[in-house]
Amino acid sequence: MSYKILKKEELIPGQTTMLVIDAPQIAQKAKPGNFVMLRVNEHGERIPLTIADCDAKNGTITIIYLVVGKTTAEMNTLKEGDGFADVCGPLGKPTHIEKTGTVVCVGGGTGIAAMHHIAKGHVEAGNRVIAVIGARSKNLLLFCSELSALCPEVRIATDDGTEGHKGFVTEVLQDLLETEDDVAEVVAIGPVPMMEAVCRVTKPFGTKTTVSLNSIMVDGIGMCGACRCTVGGKTLFACVDGPEFDGQKVDFDELKARLRQFTEQEAESTEMFSKECRCHGGE
Amino acid sequence: MAENKKKIIGERTPMPLQDPQVRAGNFEEVALGYTREQALIEAGRCLQCKKPTCQDGCPVNIDIRWFIACLVDDDLEGAFNAIRRTNSLPAVCGRVCPQETQCEGNCILGKKHQPVAIGRLERYVADTYAAKSPCEEVTDLAACALEREGLKVACIGSGPSSLTVAGYLAGRGIKVDVFEALHEPGGVLIYGIPEFRLPKSVVASELDGLRRLGVTFHTNWVGGKTITIQDLFDQDYNAVFIGVGAGLPRFLNVPGENLVGVFSANEYLTRVNLGRAYDFPNYDTPSYKARRVVVLGAGNVAMDAARTALRMGAEEVSIVYRRSEDEMPARREEIEHAVEEGVKIRCLCGPMTFHGDDQGRLEAMTVQKMALGEPDESGRCSPVCLEGETERIPCDMAIIAVGTRPNPILLEATPDLGLNKWGYVEADPETGETSISNVFAGGDIVTGAATVISAMGAGRRAAKEIAKRLL
Repeated sequence: MSYKILKKEELIPGQTTMLVIDAPQIAQKAKPGNFVMLRVNEHGERIPLTIADCDAKNGTITIIYLVVGKTTAEMNTLKEGDGFADVCGPLGKPTHIEKTGTVVCVGGGTGIAAMHHIAKGHVEAGNRVIAVIGARSKNLLLFCSELSALCPEVRIATDDGTEGHKGFVTEVLQDLLETEDDVAEVVAIGPVPMMEAVCRVTKPFGTKTTVSLNSIMVDGIGMCGACRCTVGGKTLFACVDGPEFDGQKVDFDELKARLRQFTEQEAESTEMFSKECRCHGGE
Repeated sequence: MAENKKKIIGERTPMPLQDPQVRAGNFEEVALGYTREQALIEAGRCLQCKKPTCQDGCPVNIDIRWFIACLVDDDLEGAFNAIRRTNSLPAVCGRVCPQETQCEGNCILGKKHQPVAIGRLERYVADTYAAKSPCEEVTDLAACALEREGLKVACIGSGPSSLTVAGYLAGRGIKVDVFEALHEPGGVLIYGIPEFRLPKSVVASELDGLRRLGVTFHTNWVGGKTITIQDLFDQDYNAVFIGVGAGLPRFLNVPGENLVGVFSANEYLTRVNLGRAYDFPNYDTPSYKARRVVVLGAGNVAMDAARTALRMGAEEVSIVYRRSEDEMPARREEIEHAVEEGVKIRCLCGPMTFHGDDQGRLEAMTVQKMALGEPDESGRCSPVCLEGETERIPCDMAIIAVGTRPNPILLEATPDLGLNKWGYVEADPETGETSISNVFAGGDIVTGAATVISAMGAGRRAAKEIAKRLL
């Protein structure tokens, strides 16, 4: 398997990148909500990334990542034509999609990419999808035009007010839930504090709220239990029981603590990588 | 016979080991292996019984008497071939089999003296042959691997059971494709058993042997996700063998178990072994840094985790176990090695609660003191709580090694597959066939967590049946 990068596009230079990867066997099977585990090279760490889109006909999957640590920084040095050592998937339970009426899909930051694949699934199932997306600033918004082409309504929030509502996606969502009375489900994907805030907003309305958890994973196939999370008082594994769960039941404080587990080692790795890059004359 | 009776039985030849103080600080192999002289002396202790009970104790039925006889005659190749006829992973088995309950446990010498060190001899033969005659091995095997046109079998999972199926069938000219979900084949031999007990180079050379027989390994293929059993039959595979292992780690269901610093043994060992976290930051996979480590459980996996934690730099590592040392399920030798290296054993302590700091990080655990009661269904004395007697153990890492339960991925994707009441795959004990025709299963996914060799035994039974049907 080549796992070759067929297309690379820096959506937000130095920060968010989109890759189209040759992975026919995964593209055949991938559904909205699935993820892959990938490894850049022989020394690399296995990391989970959501499949943002797939094209079964051409045998490709699309992933979008934010440069946060060593692995993603290293991924950013790869060019079109380069390949990954490993891409494994599709993993996780696909999003539960059925025709229910109106679905509000909330996406924040890089999470908009994953949300896009799910919104697409809901549109294909015949649902009316309202997209609510947010970022710090206008230039950090992803998939605006793609979502506009897909959904009858796209509402935007930016922290600095450079586009759409000045403030958070939760404020836009609050508004929506107050005015729309037939919202069957809210799907939220993005930073943990955002997903947690979305659940706080939907709770009084009693609207079904699905969140996609970005837990730390090692194998992604249920073997290690690194991604365990408490949902409704039970310990579940994000990789095989999720990654999507009923947001009202998720213990977000535990999730946040578990996500900080390797902060120290991640900093060490990243620092070493940036030094190496300078020695070898890279950027 | 008369001569045998007079034979003077010497002491069992000790295995040379790395010094405990030194080895607790490195990942090199602990047991160094016999020299030629040591192997010949030990082989000479064998009585060459008319009815070799040792062979009955071997799940893959190695002709032990014959291989030892070859060794006594200094015929290394003969000894190797005798083992290889029924065991495709001799260098692995010589290292990790619980010989004391299998071949050596059945050795007649064991009644009055110490049994012949069959495992150590097996390891000597496998290692020495591979080091001495790699070329002959290649030519030999290549010559006999003729492919039967059109016959192909798929194995899902690449651990000991699948490797045995692959070796058996490939040796008979059947094309075998092995599908592995992780990025490296070998299953538990790679992600689970640490380098100091089973070097990856040993696994690699056994895998190479299979490749030379025509076996193809496909990594990053998840059975039930990337490929389903139906897909395999659609692609004209004649039979499918499921050897996906036991899967999900069990936890204790005690408060605080999801605190930062509490790991499953699977995660801890996978990070260190498969991810090479012992070489961080040269390898990117990190391992949690800890000074005081407790390991819950007392099987081989618990010993591996405890000894790994020492090597990863922990200052204090203790095994916490509910029963007494006599009930510990780990191999005696592994317990001894762990203790020599400095692992503390706290018996008759049951885990009650994990305590965290305000950052959600583990800082201590409370254990319940126990006493031994009446024997339970397992025949072992059951632990009884000593009400009110608890102890708080400061620790910044806890590793839970109390077993596994079935992984749902392949089972959910294959709804026709019959499962037993514990959720494991139901397979015919004689043939390994499941409720789906021409789909076989063996190893931990059928029995629950067991040993490398019992998985290999199951693989061998299934492979025999597959060969019988196809050839």
